[in-house]
Amino acid sequence: MNRVVQRRAMPVTLTLGLLVAALFLASLLVGPAGLGLGESVTALLTGQAEGEGVVLIMREIRLPRAILGVLVGAVLGLSGAAMQGYLRNPLAEPGLIGVSATAALGAVLALQTGLAAVFVLALPLAALAGAALSVLLILGLAGPRGGALALILAGVAISALAGAGTSLALNLSRNPFAVTEIVYWMMGSLADRSMPHVWLGAPFMLAGMAVLLTLGRGLDALTLGEDAAQAMGVRLGRLRWGLILGTALAVGASVSVAGAVGFVGLVVPHVVRPWVGSVPSRLLPASALGGAAMVLAADVAVRLVAPDQDLKLGVLTALVGAPFFLHLIWQMRQVEA
Amino acid sequence: MQLTELRVRRGQCPVVDGVSLSVAPGEFVGLIGPNGAGKTTLLRAALGLLPYEGHSSLASLPVARRAQSVAFLPQGREIAWPVRVADLVALGRVPHLAGGTSAQDRAAVDLALAQMGLSGFRDRAATELSGGEQARVLIARALAQDTALLLADEPVAGLDPEAQLRCMQVFAGLAGKGRAVVAAIHDLGLAARHCTRLILLDRGRVVADGPPRAVLSPEHLAGVFHVRGHHAETPDGLVFQPTSLLP
Repeated sequence: MNRVVQRRAMPVTLTLGLLVAALFLASLLVGPAGLGLGESVTALLTGQAEGEGVVLIMREIRLPRAILGVLVGAVLGLSGAAMQGYLRNPLAEPGLIGVSATAALGAVLALQTGLAAVFVLALPLAALAGAALSVLLILGLAGPRGGALALILAGVAISALAGAGTSLALNLSRNPFAVTEIVYWMMGSLADRSMPHVWLGAPFMLAGMAVLLTLGRGLDALTLGEDAAQAMGVRLGRLRWGLILGTALAVGASVSVAGAVGFVGLVVPHVVRPWVGSVPSRLLPASALGGAAMVLAADVAVRLVAPDQDLKLGVLTALVGAPFFLHLIWQMRQVEA
Repeated sequence: MQLTELRVRRGQCPVVDGVSLSVAPGEFVGLIGPNGAGKTTLLRAALGLLPYEGHSSLASLPVARRAQSVAFLPQGREIAWPVRVADLVALGRVPHLAGGTSAQDRAAVDLALAQMGLSGFRDRAATELSGGEQARVLIARALAQDTALLLADEPVAGLDPEAQLRCMQVFAGLAGKGRAVVAAIHDLGLAARHCTRLILLDRGRVVADGPPRAVLSPEHLAGVFHVRGHHAETPDGLVFQPTSLLP
């Protein structure tokens, strides 16, 4: 909050912003179709191209994929940072309050019942319904007056219940194709998403992020504990409401269009935190950008590493994220020793 | 600050039992009493951080107004993230921020850092400091809030003698400038020497309220603390030292 730090904080946002822009471009330009640079950009911007499919590939396949990469990544990074700030715990992540698990359950039910095949948005809508259900449950169990512990425990219970529901759906499924589809969907991916996915998911994700970005000052004050924050005029009830609502909107919508992409919300705030002096309000936008960069990079990587294999985005983020998580535990162990 | 018949129950048992008191500008009130007397609960209830019965002029203020006129230093010293000392102290300005940080905000932070002897620590990560240094940073945070009233829960616990005196002098200085300070303090010597008034709390009730010399009478010391003490008037003011346990 003094000039020295503001001067330091700006380049972080700027650097991350440029990184996201570069990766967005890379996401537009990398793909199995092997289009040329000039050709792709012209097709995207003007709708004119020599090959018939080029405009279609650029506008209907790669553009929605890149946009969703930015949004999903930003949502996960931002909600992870907000959750860690509220709980004052570096191990918190967006899925903690059960939204991801219930949204996934909604999607799984849509796949299992065959509803997903009826129209293109059936699956994301079912996932959103699942997310909405989890908010009602968590507010019933832990809010609006409950404490942080009640929130965590309610989230664990809801996640476990939704997980059990998902397993049950798989267990009872008589259709092996549906099972395969469910398993692949749950890995999390941005492949084959279309503009309607963007139109459905983007409003919820943007609204959720707008809510989460307003929490910065309250989260800053919470650095000093709940009593001090309240004495400084922070309304904890309202803060918790904003956290639950913002996370549910944003993460619910992100799961509905991309499946469960793990570890981004946990890892990104950690990587970015030292760059912003650990101040929670500065961490929020920086984590959103960091998350967007990580998901875009991972989504480009799955196309480059195994172009013919349809390697899932969620698998790659977990492959990178889990070792980082272990590293974190290792560090904590050393601090405590 | 005006408290009327303030009562806080934990289950059936009243922890603060019908406390009425008022604090005027210019006073530096030491809240003393044995462990479990209800000092912390009284301060928290006065701010409306706990459910209470009775009336508190602070808790009745609108939340934003209260945050601009009362600062609170909780007993638990929490610093969740490794933020810079200057950033942490600047959190005290949160209730005053209308948009960005103003020159007034920066001046308040600089003054608070200087008052607690922390000017050289500005860029250090707060969590890497020692416990006593962290306590000073948190006091500076409360000072930076720049309020008419400061409630501090055991501000000098764990500080070295220099920091203890510095803290008490800063608080006395605030009172001298027409502000008011209420601090829960266990060190009766410091309380006697620096406070303008002491309030002795025992089992949730006010046992004595008045000038230090009168409150630290042999009867109160025996009845509440079960100790004997020695008073002396010196050129530096009242000196008080608890000397022995009573049988």
